[in-house]
Amino acid sequence: MPDLKQKGLDLYRWFDFRLGLAKPITEAAEHPIPRNTSSWWYVFGSAAAVLFTLQIVTGILLALVYTPTASQAWYSLTFLNHSYFFGWFLRAMHGWGSDFMVAIVLIHMAQVFTFGSYKYPRELTWMVGVILLILTLGMAFTGQVLRFDTDAYWGLGIGVAIMGRVPLIGAWLVHFVLGGPTLGTATLSRFFTLHVFVIPGLLLGLIGIHVWMVLKLGINEWPMPGRLVRRSTYIAQYNRLIKKDGIPFVPDAVWKDVFFAAIIVAAVMACAFFWGPIGPGVQAIPTIIQVYPKPDTPFLWIFSVFALLPPKLETPLILISPIVVVVLLLALPLYAGQGEKHWSRRPVAVLTLMVIVVAIAIFTRLGQTEPWSPHMQAWSGDAVQPQFLRGRTPLERRGAVVFQNMQCRNCHSIDGVGGQRGPDLNGVSVRLTESQIIRQVVQGGGNMPAYANSFSPQQLTALVRFLETLNGNVNPARTDSQRLSQGHSPPAAQGRQ
Amino acid sequence: MKNPFRSMINKTPLGSPSEYTRRKFLLMLAVGANGVVGVLMAIPFVGYILGPTLKGHADWNHWVPVGNLEQFPPGETRMGIYRNPDVRPGDGQTQTLPCWVRNIDSKRFQVFAINCAHMECPVHWFPQSKLFMCPCHGGVYYQNGAVAAGPPPRGLFEYKYKIVGKKLYIFAGEMPTLSTPT
Repeated sequence: MPDLKQKGLDLYRWFDFRLGLAKPITEAAEHPIPRNTSSWWYVFGSAAAVLFTLQIVTGILLALVYTPTASQAWYSLTFLNHSYFFGWFLRAMHGWGSDFMVAIVLIHMAQVFTFGSYKYPRELTWMVGVILLILTLGMAFTGQVLRFDTDAYWGLGIGVAIMGRVPLIGAWLVHFVLGGPTLGTATLSRFFTLHVFVIPGLLLGLIGIHVWMVLKLGINEWPMPGRLVRRSTYIAQYNRLIKKDGIPFVPDAVWKDVFFAAIIVAAVMACAFFWGPIGPGVQAIPTIIQVYPKPDTPFLWIFSVFALLPPKLETPLILISPIVVVVLLLALPLYAGQGEKHWSRRPVAVLTLMVIVVAIAIFTRLGQTEPWSPHMQAWSGDAVQPQFLRGRTPLERRGAVVFQNMQCRNCHSIDGVGGQRGPDLNGVSVRLTESQIIRQVVQGGGNMPAYANSFSPQQLTALVRFLETLNGNVNPARTDSQRLSQGHSPPAAQGRQ
Repeated sequence: MKNPFRSMINKTPLGSPSEYTRRKFLLMLAVGANGVVGVLMAIPFVGYILGPTLKGHADWNHWVPVGNLEQFPPGETRMGIYRNPDVRPGDGQTQTLPCWVRNIDSKRFQVFAINCAHMECPVHWFPQSKLFMCPCHGGVYYQNGAVAAGPPPRGLFEYKYKIVGKKLYIFAGEMPTLSTPT
């Protein structure tokens, strides 16, 4: 045995004499870090790297089967899902891994922002991190395009529409993104190349720089209220801190990262196992237009913002605000590079973060429910509830049929059933007079089309009669004499029975 | 090993004549040669990437048939289907594209792009209410393509059309956007 041990050691020395990597690697691993940064709050960066590695591995395996052409991409994915050994699981791992990676990168960013890690001397680490975030979102978007289902196809259309709004070079950009005059295999090839070669290459390089700077400058110390960052004194302070109270990164701090790596990979595997692969949805066949395109979760909030922006502001906001946001993020360490790091002394920063998180959460939720979209099937799918037809005159019932046939239902709900773009019409007779209803139907307005050309006078009369019965379940007060005349006993008598 | 660039960076070029060695001159010459080769190489590389952007409206668009006239009864709006003129291997189903054909009175037609002018989603035609509705962000258009409601910044994109014999042709090829209208 000692002979074998000696042989192993000799082999190691043979390699290390030629490679010379043992010393720098050991030094990097054992570099001292402030004791209290060995915290569960500091595991998200390494978790992002673990997820990225997982994405590379599952991505390479998927590329063995995936065919990046418009005519075959969707079939190769359904083949993976149903006919290839463990294909469904690998697809599920890659899909869920993507959602996890976006989430972890955002959490990592929120954490380093809250801890003031972007301040001197780690400004460039933050800036590279901002670019890494953009590239991660780029991976998520290009990845969803590769599914080449209806969401991907029409989602690309949205991207092209935004390019088409750029002044002067709009047409040029449209053709550049499409790779030709229309959405087709050339477009898919472009996004495949971005997803598989260009963005991962950039990510690898920039992650290397990001980690290198973390090693070189040291991990951000746990912030203390009142301990200000000053360019003149910070480095000396940090060096004193790790001299006085430092621990080696390996093994004293790294065990939490290693543990979290196992947890996060297990979580991806669990999601993949229980919820399965993400898509592909309906195949992208342009002539089949019964589609309700929607982006993946990371982009749902943008989808909502597009729908809710005032139309006049739309183009400038879509084109300018991303640039403003990116510039603000990149420039953050330049205008807030010194001073307090602790969250309790940075109320504006904490509030800003909270507002952003809440806003994105709300817009994402809205994107899931899409109250602004017409429900294209409501006119044929959602029946008028029986209580709105009971005891109505033939003309009023005829109006209910008109209401249904004219797709009013796609935008208007009755008692919560139907589209939500316009107001719920149960109660319209309380809100509007008869002539106001007629004017609204005929002339439209307030984001409602005018129906003057679609209705015959008979249809209009019937519709208005029906709408007049929708009183929001609020009946006019009855008197006891009315009740008696209709054969009911007064309420007091009912109570005693 | 000495870094060959260190002396170039640290010392001013106006130093003693001994700074100008033959090897430094050869290095500069070699870097220059790579610059020339690089520029020459960049021309086809950049051209390859930008290829699709160098063609114009007239290159992409052609007259293509959308069907026989009897498919489009007067007073009605029906879906027409055409084959996009620019087809590449692997395009498959993506170059068979829909459009909306409105036959006004058998003499006058309107042919609309399927794409909503807002974000390119496919608009649906509802003959009962005579409206086009978009499933994405709630754009609505009248039967003549004008905006009725919602966020679209303009009416539906309209293709040029002509009737040859009993066939309806449209001038199509480019995906219609605000920058590349039909």
